Parts: sequence; structure tokens; C-alpha cells
Amino acid sequence: MPSRPTELLNVAAIRADFPLLGHEVYPGVPLVYLDNAATSQKPLAVIDAVNHYYRRVNANIHRGIHALAERATEGYENARRKVARFIGSGSTREIIFVRNATEGVNLVAQSWGRANIEPGDEIILTEMEHHSNLVPWQLLAHEKKAIIRYVPLDGDRCLDTGQYDALLSGRTKLVAFTGMSNVLGSISPVKEMVAKAHAAGAVALVDAAQSVPHMPTNVVDLDVDFMVFSGHKMCGPTGIGVLYGKEALLEAMPPFLAGGDMIRRVTLEGADWNDLPWKFEAGTPNTAAAIGLGAAIDYLGAIGMDRIEAHEHAIADYALEALGELRGLRTLGPPAPQRGATIAFTIEGMHPHDVAELLNRDGIAVRAGHHCAMPLHQALGIVATTRASFYLYNSTDEVDALATALHKAQKLFRVG
Amino acid sequence: MDSLYQEVILDHYRNPRNKGRLDPADISHEDDNPLCGDQIRLDIRLGEDGRVAEVAWDGHGCAISMASASMLSQEIQGKTLEELLQLGKDDILEMLGIELGRARLHCALLSLKVLKTGAFGLTAWTGVEES
Ligand SMILES: Cc1ncc(COP(=O)(O)O)c(C=O)c1O
Repeated sequence: MPSRPTELLNVAAIRADFPLLGHEVYPGVPLVYLDNAATSQKPLAVIDAVNHYYRRVNANIHRGIHALAERATEGYENARRKVARFIGSGSTREIIFVRNATEGVNLVAQSWGRANIEPGDEIILTEMEHHSNLVPWQLLAHEKKAIIRYVPLDGDRCLDTGQYDALLSGRTKLVAFTGMSNVLGSISPVKEMVAKAHAAGAVALVDAAQSVPHMPTNVVDLDVDFMVFSGHKMCGPTGIGVLYGKEALLEAMPPFLAGGDMIRRVTLEGADWNDLPWKFEAGTPNTAAAIGLGAAIDYLGAIGMDRIEAHEHAIADYALEALGELRGLRTLGPPAPQRGATIAFTIEGMHPHDVAELLNRDGIAVRAGHHCAMPLHQALGIVATTRASFYLYNSTDEVDALATALHKAQKLFRVG
Repeated sequence: MDSLYQEVILDHYRNPRNKGRLDPADISHEDDNPLCGDQIRLDIRLGEDGRVAEVAWDGHGCAISMASASMLSQEIQGKTLEELLQLGKDDILEMLGIELGRARLHCALLSLKVLKTGAFGLTAWTGVEES
């Protein structure tokens, strides 16, 4: 077994904060949860915040003058302030609550995209995008007769940034890419890529669904124009996500969904839009989930995103080494520290579904398939992978459990 | 522990029966399951009596889908088209001798889907919703 890294969080103490992690999956089989790239578990602080909201606060926001409505509105808007601070935005006007990262991308594609993309314009994406940062642009490009160019992969490791430079041109209107691949685990050079997009006169959107949960993020430093992420992958509830947008861009954009809350005044002839950020928040939002996300941000912030990042680098390093000792197992993506702790792999002679199924018998939750990144798998010439993704509460013991269970599965299949 | 990867399944996975191609064939069809990348092609030759005389299949995928195809290729030998039409989800599960959750049912039934679409053009058939 590889030697244990030092820069680790106090995992035992952190795990005590997550009620679900203490339970057995099957009688006598403890849970080893390694599907964090799909969704993370929730600390008690988040569960309690949601619970407290429904027990003591619940009211519709922005619409009442009674005490509960005041408190609900304050809770919701306070969560927005926490999000702004967490990602380094100077203004809550730049923080739009959406359901998830997917909705954030669709909002930008439908609102900014339809207003700004013209026939012949080029949109640069990458081959490693999650479908949610791919299909909305394909729809837009189809409608507008725009052209999508894809930054290819550099082998099975990360983006070929040299090709990115070559694709950028005066025709490029938008660059949209993931901050961290949900398959390769590779961390994109966001700041450089955004700067190059700007130099070409393009707007840059970062799909931060896999990066914001795992590392410090500062939108001002990165200079991104748009950024999206989901609460549920960062210890928050499902049903809440964030679109960050630069104020000037958001201000100029037409609304996405229309209805209550997003208007200032409505007559039978038309309507005036509400101010930012509410212009983009039509209808009653997921208030409880927003407040839960605020609690998640407090939780992560108290531990420190830099420490979480260091922990995950150490875990990734350790896991790559431990998995590397298994014969016939091939991990994708770059070495740490250019990567996060999301590790996809293939095993010779075993289909990922069989791998995941057998790991499940040992209480280990991983994901198998194409991870909503079919083009990436096509580019790599593989149909599917098994993916183990770690978070702040995962330990080196769990890496060992994974390696042991994989070895056992290989023995059953008589491979490796 | 559990019966999903019992020896008979693993045996069919490791030593698939009737694997290969028939050319020409009376019935040839191929389909895949894009979700997991399983892919199966099935070739069938019918005898003078209209019964299945020769079967070959090819493809790649998980142990469940491969074992299911291998076993099905044996199961349908000598059967009439009417008998093939009667085959359903439960026959496959009985043949495999295992219980499957929703996610893996698609794997187990892919070979039957290929058979049904190839033989009868039942393009919408997935078998999963069938009771
Ligand atoms: C890189 C990336 N982008 C976007 C998404 C979509 O997230 P959601 O389903 O929460 O919208 C995911 C998660 O599945 C992801 O990993």
C-alpha cells in the first residue's frame, strides 16, 4: 500500500457531522460513499437549516409584510449574500438562484445567447463537457445557425490548450468550458482560458459544478463573465443552484422565464422587469434550499476551501497510487495536483457496470457509465468508465477499501 | 453473498456460446444500449421447417448482457417464430436465474430486444415496462 499523505483533514470529526455516513448500507456493511461528483452528502447543519425553515419560518418571500414573510425573505437574501462572498463577487445583483447548474447554462443560452449569437458566429466548447454544458449550446447553435468548435483532449489526460488557442478567432462569440472535468478530474486553467477568450472579444462561461465544491473560487480574480454551479454537489440541498453573471451583462439581457417576482409593473399591454437579480427569478423560488445552501457555505467556509482542496489533492494522490497497483486498471486524467479527487478508470476484462455492482455489494458507492459526458468517452474510444469521486469526508481507509474490493472483484472475474 | 454473479453467469461471460457471425442469415439485427454502451448483434438461420437452425451473436458489454445473449442463443435453438414471439422478460430472468434491479434489467433484456426487433420489427419494444 502507498504511504499515507500528511495534509489531511480530521476526517473522523467531519464524518460525525454527516448523519448518513454513519449508517450501514446493508446489515453489517458500512457505507463507503464515493459518488460525490454526482451529489454530496449533507451535514447536519444543512439538514437542520432546512428543517428549521419549514418548522419555524416558512412563508412566501418578497410578497408579504407579516413577520414570517420578512424572515423568509431575509433568510433567502442572506443566503445570496453568502454565495456572493463565497465566490468573491462584490454584489448580490450578480447572484441568480436557479435550480442547478444545468438551469444556469440554459438561462445564459436562452437569454444572452439568443440575444447575442448570430448566424456564422462561433461558440467554443470542449470535448470533455458534461451534457448540460453542451446540449443547450447545440440547441442555440442550431436555432441561430452558429458554429460550435470543440477543444480536443490531450490524450486521456486533460484539455489540449494549444488547440484552444488555435480555435479562438474574431468569430468566437462565446467560450464555455468546465472548471473541472467530472470524468478526468482535470482542473482547467480557467484564468488563462478566460483571458484568452476576452482577448479574442468573446464572453466566457465556466461550468463550475465540479470546481466550486472543491477549491477556493474567486470570480473577480478569474474574470469569468458567467459561472454556474449546483448546491447539491457542495453539501447543500438539491433544487438550488447558482448563476453568477457580471452585472453589466445580466443588466443587458432579456428575462429567461417570465411571471411573478421578475417584474416591477405589469399592465395588460406589457411589463417592466424587476431589478437584478430578481429579473431572472420568476415565480416562488426554492427558499428552503437556498437557505440550506447558505448553511452549506458556512460549513465549508468554517473548514476552509483551501484545506478541503489540499485534502482532496492528498486523497487523489494516494488513490491514484493505490489503484495503480491493480493489474489491468487504468486511470484517466492527469496526476495530482493538476486534478481533483474524481477518478475514472477502466479495468481490463470487466465492464464498469459489473465493477460498480460488485463494489456495491461491499457497500462502496461509485458510478458507472458515461457520466453525462458521452462525447468525451467517444473521444477516448471507450464506452464507459467506473468513477470514484472523493470529498472532504473521505479517508485513505476508504481508498484502501476501494482497492481491496476492486481486487476481490477482479478475482471473481478472474482478471487482474 | 449474492447470486448475481453466480458461476453460470460468469461462465457464459467468459466462455460465450454461439459467438460469431452468420453470413448470410435470415434474420440479422443489432442494437445497443447507449446508457452503458452494451451492444449486441444477432444472426439467425431458419431451417426448412421454419425453426431456428443456427444462431450466432456478437457484441460487447457487461457480464449480465453478455451472459444473457449467450444463454438466449442456446434457448432459441429449434424454436418456431411463434415461440420466439412468446418470449418475455420473465423467461429471460428465469433463464438467468437471478433477480435484477431496474438499472440492470436493461442489460439483461438487450439480447431479447435485438431478437424481437430483428425477427418482428418491434422497434418500440423494451420489455422493461412489460409486467
Ligand atoms: C461538470 C458538470 N456540469 C454540470 C453538471 C450538472 O449538474 P446538475 O445536474 O446539478 O445541473 C454536472 C453534474 O452532474 C457536472 O459534473
